Amino acid sequence: MGALLTPALGTVVWASIAFLVVLFVLRRFAWGPILAALNEREESIAGALNEAEKVRKEMQELAASNENQLKEARAERDRMMREAREMADQLVIDAKNTAREAADKEVAAAKDAIAIERKAAIAELKSEVGNLSLEIAERLLREKLESNDEQKALVNRLIDESPLN
Amino acid sequence: MNRHFSPFKALLAALLLLSGTALLAQDHGYADADDEHSEHVEHEAHPDGAAHSESDARDAEAQDHGHHEDDAHGEHAHGEHGHDEEFVAGTFIIHHIADAHDIHLFGDVHIPLPVILYIEGKGVKFFMSSAFEGHGHGNKTCELDGITLTMHAADGTAADGTSVVSGQITASETESALTVYDFSITKSVFGMLLILAAMVWMFLSIAGHYKKNPGQAPKGMANAFEPLIIFVRDEIAKPSIGDKADKFMPFLLTVFFFIFFCNMLGLVPFLGGFNITGTIGVTVVLATLVFLLTNLNGNKHYWGHIFWPPGVPLPVKFILVPIEVFSIIMKPAVLMIRLTANISAGHIIILAFTSLIFIFGDDGQAIGAGSGMGLFSTAFMIFMYFLELLVAFLQAFVFTLLAAIYFGDATHDPAHH
Repeated sequence: MGALLTPALGTVVWASIAFLVVLFVLRRFAWGPILAALNEREESIAGALNEAEKVRKEMQELAASNENQLKEARAERDRMMREAREMADQLVIDAKNTAREAADKEVAAAKDAIAIERKAAIAELKSEVGNLSLEIAERLLREKLESNDEQKALVNRLIDESPLN
Repeated sequence: MNRHFSPFKALLAALLLLSGTALLAQDHGYADADDEHSEHVEHEAHPDGAAHSESDARDAEAQDHGHHEDDAHGEHAHGEHGHDEEFVAGTFIIHHIADAHDIHLFGDVHIPLPVILYIEGKGVKFFMSSAFEGHGHGNKTCELDGITLTMHAADGTAADGTSVVSGQITASETESALTVYDFSITKSVFGMLLILAAMVWMFLSIAGHYKKNPGQAPKGMANAFEPLIIFVRDEIAKPSIGDKADKFMPFLLTVFFFIFFCNMLGLVPFLGGFNITGTIGVTVVLATLVFLLTNLNGNKHYWGHIFWPPGVPLPVKFILVPIEVFSIIMKPAVLMIRLTANISAGHIIILAFTSLIFIFGDDGQAIGAGSGMGLFSTAFMIFMYFLELLVAFLQAFVFTLLAAIYFGDATHDPAHH
């Protein structure tokens, strides 16, 4: 058992030298670069993941804002259409009113003109009738009074007709 | 209808195959045990004094012979590996999990490793471990510039009466012992260097991959290890240390992968059974680094809690302060012991079940019992291997986590929270 429990001088010396040399060589040329590379890669992966998450969130926000914009646009469109419809209705109403007023004016003017024309026509008719009456009377008188008998008859008839009694 | 692949059949086939392999190995294992056992029995059989004198006698005998044959051989003059000795599982197991000067693949095939010795008064000696002569697992010797080097096979006493451990090399010149400092590239040191070199290559190329492809998904090796790196950072360092985690990350990552890979290497079969993180010489270094990093980074709150624990009555402080001071050393020491013990224990269990085959096989006399035990042992070893795969990761995790918690304790600033 002694061989198992006694550290041999040579083994200790070689182990110390070899292990320390390897430790320093590996620390300088292997572990340093390897651990640095691992850290770097892990950081870049973590960074990429964070970036992806950020982009995803941004996309979400963008989608949400798109949705909002769409909603606003729809509302705007609805509003505009409603306004347009109202305006059109108003226009139609206005046009109708204007037309009616114009028509009414025309009608009134026409009525006035007609009334004036009628008056004129009636006046003319009156004078025409008067003239005609006079002419007729004239002729009648001329014809009837050409004989004495007729004159006497007429005078009699007129006397009869006159409300003297 | 029955043609489709059946996992059960495949498992059964694997069990039979492995038990066959285990039985083949039995012969070798038995031969090993033979030598070891003769040593073992010898040391057990005599009181200390007797063993001592006999060791001296053996040494002298070996010297007289003029060539360096195995001590046990010289003493007992077996000649052949007779099948007359009992198999001793303990010795067999300890020998296989202890550090060694070569990599034992199978049978007598060993990969020699460099032996580097500083012998007082003789300078540095460098040679391959194949220079040591002697077969089996007995003591091996080597003659070098008039110095006799002995590689001890088992724990015991050397020629000069000092206690030695398995695998230790002692030197003597004309019968007087020399002080030896062993800086050999042993099996554990070799495995450790292998792992560290592989780590440098792997993580430098991973770092290159990240530099070439900044900010992109990882590929290949980078992809394979990135989860573990992030695991250490996010599950171990950050929860335990907090803001100051970055400072300790290089150490925690290096320790985690070092322990993990060493544990995994120890599970590769047919590679000599590396037991790097079960070698106390390695874990003591890791624990010392944890100790230094903890205490060098300790802030005033950390030291305040140790030397003047807040919120406890004065008499309690007299009890608590020594405990706290003791815990400064105890915490990393426990890390060391836990790791060593766990990894060694895994190897010990697997080797113990291998040993069961030899014991039930009655040293090759009861092939039936051996085969039966082989089946059972192999099934259990497969289970153990899966468990060890978990333990390999778990112990790396636990060591790193506790180190991180200690760092966190040392740098924690209550004013910030």
